[in-house]
Amino acid sequence: MHTTTVPVSQIDPFDETVLADPYPAHRELRDLGAVVWLERYRVWGMARHEQVEAALNDPQTFCSARGVGLSDFHKEKPWRPPSLLLEADPPDHTRARHTITQVLSPVAVRGLREAFTAEASALFDRLAGRTAIDGVRDIAEAFPLTVFPDVVGLPPDGREHLLPYGGLVFNGFGPRNRLFLDALARAEHARDWIAAHCRRENLADGGLGAQIHRTAAAEGYTAADAALLVRSFLSAGVDTTVHGIGNALLCLAENPDQFRVLRADPTQARKAFEETIRYESPVQTFFRTTTRDVDVAGATIPAGEKVLLFLAAANRDPRRWEAADTYDITRKASGHVGFGFGVHACVGQMLARLEGEIVLTELARRAEAIELAGPPKRQLSNTLRGLDSLPLSVAWV
Amino acid sequence: MPKITYVSADGDLHVVDVPIGTSVMRGAVGTGIDGIVAECGGNAMCATCHVYVPAEHAASLPEMTAVEDEMLECTVAERRATSRLSCQLRITEGLDGLVVRLPEAQE
Ligand code: HEM
Ligand code: FES
Repeated sequence: MHTTTVPVSQIDPFDETVLADPYPAHRELRDLGAVVWLERYRVWGMARHEQVEAALNDPQTFCSARGVGLSDFHKEKPWRPPSLLLEADPPDHTRARHTITQVLSPVAVRGLREAFTAEASALFDRLAGRTAIDGVRDIAEAFPLTVFPDVVGLPPDGREHLLPYGGLVFNGFGPRNRLFLDALARAEHARDWIAAHCRRENLADGGLGAQIHRTAAAEGYTAADAALLVRSFLSAGVDTTVHGIGNALLCLAENPDQFRVLRADPTQARKAFEETIRYESPVQTFFRTTTRDVDVAGATIPAGEKVLLFLAAANRDPRRWEAADTYDITRKASGHVGFGFGVHACVGQMLARLEGEIVLTELARRAEAIELAGPPKRQLSNTLRGLDSLPLSVAWV
Repeated sequence: MPKITYVSADGDLHVVDVPIGTSVMRGAVGTGIDGIVAECGGNAMCATCHVYVPAEHAASLPEMTAVEDEMLECTVAERRATSRLSCQLRITEGLDGLVVRLPEAQE
């Protein structure tokens, strides 16, 4: 099938030891070549920034409609109806995307700043006085799990289903391994709740969910398809930001010099969040499927093949980044592919940045120092990188 | 390589050789020009790569997509008839000599 010049790797990117510490595998894959053959799943892989970005920027060749996970929708029935956004190609995708971007424009997101700041302030008021906290439960989960369902317009009851559902979605992009089966079991009740809460009647007036229903109707979508668009929000908008904030807290606890930079100037919070998305990318990988034979750096990938794009490896590619393995909040991190690139680039990225910026600003204002108070516990996922718990001791001002 | 001139809000000039196939945004990022933030890295998602293109250069520019048009409604500095998102201006031979003015603010 593949040209002999393509290096073959036995690395299993979904093996639990690799997921626990993916960076040595990422380095090996980058150094093997611009394109590699991953024997374990018989798929192609790219781990260098240049090729990952180029593939993301060529949706005609590297398509999404056959699924952005390991499973090829031409060969296997997807475990849920495909997303109209993530798992679609232009021109269908273009229309869905337009519907959503109206709701999440930079102006719309700017309008949320005040409410988010008030919420972060209240959260840190509650934490003040407690020196021992769990950075994941008390901050990284607590903040997005309040502000996000609030802006979407979800009722207070049932929000505990959001994380298990996201966990299932993101594990679902990998193989049918133990992680996926566990996520499936944990999300047993979440699936019905999510399906019900994508419907207009369960979404508060004025929230983003109701707005999506309105813009979708104006674009000619059925109510069922509008619900699928809301589902994209509920799938992609929670676990990702939780891990983004959790990873930022870990990076800052492990790099006290960087916390001091942030503490000295809390306006660096947005940059600190950006650097976290580069350095500890919450979304590690996505697949594409080739629509034609394509040459990449001298290798030919035939049509109809799955290609695994290692976003997180691209974000630490020394060919692109100086001191790629160093967490440096002052660097210009723009250009990383942690939010993707091209037509599918994360539609929620401005909202995610706002959440990250506000939490880290508040932390920098209120904490003199943060330190690990015990070993952090990893949460393994086929796609996401994040934590289950992060014991911290905080010296409040 | 096409030469692009970036004029800061204070009137400082920077002339940069920008490779074909990249963008006017890329030519500014990483060459020490502060007036372009480009937070989203060129995905027409952030509106922080806003530039003004003097009318006499407008003809050499690629046409504006609907996405760019919508995003230009989100710039922090005033949108004018000459406003463009520099990440959507792909560098071609025809852009050699282009002058862009940077707004007072991007964020
Ligand atoms: C730190 C937080 C986040 C990260 C790291 C992240 C990452 C990503 C990435 C890498 C993609 C590209 C997928 C692809 O190319 O196939 C993406 C797409 C997407 N994201 Fe995010 N995301 C985050 C937060 C959010 C939020 C808060 C929302 C919702 C409000 C959201 C909604 C979406 C949607 C709907 C897509 C699909 C867009 C499309 O296919 O056109 N994300 N995200
Ligand atoms: S770089 Fe974000 S819109 Fe141009």
